[in-house]
Amino acid sequence: MSLDPALPGAAPERRFLRLALANRSFLIGCAITLMIAGMALLSFFWTPYDITNLTVADRLKGLSSSHLLGTDHLGRDILSMIMIGARNSIAVAIVAVVIGMGIGVPLGAWAAARGGLVDEVLMRFNDLVFAFPALLSAIMITAIFGPGALNAIIAIGIFNVPVFARVARAGALSIWPREFTLAARAAGKSKALITIEHILPNITALLLVQGTIQFALGILAEAGLSYLGLGAQPPMPSWGRMLFEAQTRMIVAPHLAIFPGLAIVVTVLGLNLLGDGLRDLLDPRLRRQR
Amino acid sequence: MSLLSIENLSLEIGEATILKDIDLTIASGEVLGLVGESGSGKSMTALTIMQLLPEAARARGRVTFDGIDILAAPEEAMCRLRGDDLGMVFQEPMTALNPVKSIGEQVAEGIRWHTGANRADAEARARAILDRVGLPEAQFPLSRFPHELSGGQRQRVVIAIACALKPKLLIADEPTTALDVVLQAQILDLLRDLVDESRMGLLLISHDLAVVAEMADRVTIMRSGEVMEAGPTADILSAKRHPYTRQLAEASTHVPARANGRAVVQAAPALLEVSGITRDYPGRRRGLFAQDKPFRAVDAVSFSMPAGHAVALVGRSGCGKSTLARMILALDRPTAGEIRLMGETLAGKSEAQLRGARRNMQVVFQDPYGSFDPRHRVERLVAEPLHLLDTQPSAAERRDLVAQALDEVGLAPADMDKFPHEFSGGQRQRISIARAIITRPKLIVADEPVSALDVSIRAQILDLFADLNQRLGLTYLFITHDLTVARAITDEVMVMDEGRIVERGPTREVLKHPATPAARALVEAAPDLEQALAARMRT
Repeated sequence: MSLDPALPGAAPERRFLRLALANRSFLIGCAITLMIAGMALLSFFWTPYDITNLTVADRLKGLSSSHLLGTDHLGRDILSMIMIGARNSIAVAIVAVVIGMGIGVPLGAWAAARGGLVDEVLMRFNDLVFAFPALLSAIMITAIFGPGALNAIIAIGIFNVPVFARVARAGALSIWPREFTLAARAAGKSKALITIEHILPNITALLLVQGTIQFALGILAEAGLSYLGLGAQPPMPSWGRMLFEAQTRMIVAPHLAIFPGLAIVVTVLGLNLLGDGLRDLLDPRLRRQR
Repeated sequence: MSLLSIENLSLEIGEATILKDIDLTIASGEVLGLVGESGSGKSMTALTIMQLLPEAARARGRVTFDGIDILAAPEEAMCRLRGDDLGMVFQEPMTALNPVKSIGEQVAEGIRWHTGANRADAEARARAILDRVGLPEAQFPLSRFPHELSGGQRQRVVIAIACALKPKLLIADEPTTALDVVLQAQILDLLRDLVDESRMGLLLISHDLAVVAEMADRVTIMRSGEVMEAGPTADILSAKRHPYTRQLAEASTHVPARANGRAVVQAAPALLEVSGITRDYPGRRRGLFAQDKPFRAVDAVSFSMPAGHAVALVGRSGCGKSTLARMILALDRPTAGEIRLMGETLAGKSEAQLRGARRNMQVVFQDPYGSFDPRHRVERLVAEPLHLLDTQPSAAERRDLVAQALDEVGLAPADMDKFPHEFSGGQRQRISIARAIITRPKLIVADEPVSALDVSIRAQILDLFADLNQRLGLTYLFITHDLTVARAITDEVMVMDEGRIVERGPTREVLKHPATPAARALVEAAPDLEQALAARMRT
């Protein structure tokens, strides 16, 4: 009984900070994510080289002090391309998460609040979307509507919707039976208002964690699409297409594949660590077990 | 020689002292009642005997069970003892069983583990003990799963697991607190019989003096980790030498001072009129087209309540009283029938049309932990019903109204900036009442408002209800399975059974001379401190 009131959110921000500083996966995940985001932001103002400037004389250079990560077959600086490519990856993944949350969370919350037929129909439709392998369908969508960053965003975003709808519905269903929702109804509040005032704030932790996971998956999906040439179009650099272009030169210049590959792996790893850490920090049940 | 003896037991968890110099003994065939309010350390004492304490706990002193020094015993030795010579029954039958294993497996598991018996023998013994605890083969084959059983039946399974190997000592930690009075009486009878049969010792932990008075040969009263008083039950509870014993005894039979037999003008227009309401729940789906018959939770209930009256709605768990309450509060729609509050029909109205009615009726829930959004401060929680006012008060007016409501329930206005988890159970129930009275309603529906509280806190909250009834002229509908609460605070009782109201009358009359079998079962099963003591003195 005495353990129970330690529900999250209530006041002690300082306690959260202390726990956060003790959580290694959260710290490492945070550091990596901030580093990648910082790199992407920095690329707006400064990159070591201008990547629109093709210096064919410098093509396929290895690692050196002038080109830290070498150059590609057109003499462009790899580090600069990775920095600008981060922009693209992050933008696509973020917007896709926003689309997924923006549509999925209201749908899930609505299904949970209404129940019955609305719930049934929405969730079965959800299952339908879920049944298609996400990447395959994204390829289909971009193949039909043409390649490009925008279509990639929409394709990835659509497949985030059922994920968030499910998580939001499951979370909301666990909050609805609590008596404070009944008290709110006795106070004349509509289900929509109760959802906004009581349900959503109590499931933000869940959604946040799912958000970081979908963010990581979005980066992977974007890399996959641009590897197939369906993502951002040249001259905009992207990690996936850098991998594709490196493929034929793997033997001569392995660094062309290694660094964009590493960028993808590190970013996804960082986001997953961040998500794990957040889940541990925000879930009172897991916290208690420690 | 005693079976269990605890000498000078002290327990610390981290820096907090949980137990201080506890002394306690139990002999074979003896029932020891361990009484105390929450936080008194009674469960921790039990966990010390079982050596199931949290990692950080440090115990000092001597605990000897059957010649074994428990505090020094290695974990393997304890594993052999637990479930064999030492059995334990927990409070919550809903969570004490593994939901994915059949009851037979769960009972046989311990038998096989401790005796090395083969599967067939273990199942035969499991069958025997389940028969013994009142779960006969015909209705309860070993293949039943916990979710197919009711709360009382599950508690029987838990007892069967604990008693399967004829333990020398059984520890029962609030074994009946989650059950209604009729089930409570049955489970207590079963425990009593098991003690007499196999001469095991029973450590019965309870907050309920009446239960302990009925069951225990000797009683130990604890408060904040210390033993206040110990001795033979009849002696301790009738002499009440220790001030804390007296306080507990008074609190558990507390009747708030209220103007009794108030001239309630029956001719006055009824505040609440319920006529013929019925609520069906659709049956469980059996297949794509097959469905069970609908379940009738409330069956053609009619009654009316005059203003200013306090009425108790009593009944066993599952009798439909909470469903009825929800329909009265317009939180659930009746299948048929009509509800009128101050002459206004509630059924079939939209949420917007109900605003006026909602202002006049509010609710207090049972669980002071679950009835608040943990993310909101008290001000926002208490102010929630102000949403019903036609003109929304300004921020300053809101704070004034909240301060006034908090003041009325005995809390400080400064409390409004705190979060609910900063309050104790009793204080939270006060907050809950403040929220209910802030719109100045006429009717308050209270669903088991004190059953989660300690007896002394319960007495205070009952006083508060009585006081508000007088000062604000509130009408109460108290839903409870606890007849002492009904006796303490209500003018009238309605007894509900299987969805119908079977008996109605002045509280004292009904509790003294129950006419229907349902009412009689409730009254007879309810533990009564004075009667139990009188019975004990005679023998």
